[in-house]
Amino acid sequence: MIETLINWIIAGFMLASGIFTLLAAIGILRLPDLMTRMHASTKAGALGVALMMIAAMLHFNDLVVMAKAMAVILFILMTAPIAAHAIGRAGYFVGVPIWVNTVKDELFNRYDSDTHRLRSGLETEEELKGMRASNKDKPRIRVTTKK
Amino acid sequence: MEIVILITFGLLSLSMILIFIRLLMGPTLPDRVVALELLATVIVAITGTYAIFTDRSSFIDVAIVVALTAFLAAIGFARFLERGGPRDD
Repeated sequence: MIETLINWIIAGFMLASGIFTLLAAIGILRLPDLMTRMHASTKAGALGVALMMIAAMLHFNDLVVMAKAMAVILFILMTAPIAAHAIGRAGYFVGVPIWVNTVKDELFNRYDSDTHRLRSGLETEEELKGMRASNKDKPRIRVTTKK
Repeated sequence: MEIVILITFGLLSLSMILIFIRLLMGPTLPDRVVALELLATVIVAITGTYAIFTDRSSFIDVAIVVALTAFLAAIGFARFLERGGPRDD
């Protein structure tokens, strides 16, 4: 009885893992540019591996295998964001074209990719005065001190 | 149980084919690197499925090693892209 139940749970985890991995693959094939592709592959792929390792844990029902599978899950969850960050950063600096319908690129014209310095556009006094004077674009940082 | 494992193998193989299409198509080198990283992730999932299929728990160790090398390869590629020499993608 309990064997059958555990088999059903394992089957559910395995099918979910396969479906999520397939979704990641469809995403990496269909999405338009590097950032969106990375967003599909990192999250759905990591979830697919994690579900498969949970299925293996339940199938073997052994403390050593459980520890190893847990190590795989933790490793994937730690390294997937780091690798995605490194590749995305490298791709941005190499100059990979981004999608034409991208709403916002906050680093555009603000980041010097040679010296790796980020400008806020408010460094000099004139720029700060202009920001205070113009009401139409509100700053996201407070430029006046609160009394 | 057998049929579920086979279906999972089918789904994972289909996703490998789709990722490989992107690996061949990918207009720039970072796209290919992302595809390679996802390919390694799918290989980890396939290794887990195979461990359940053959009922041998040693394959989980293989999954650990594949995940580790995939991470190192991704970091190395990113490093190479950022400060590497001339590229031809």
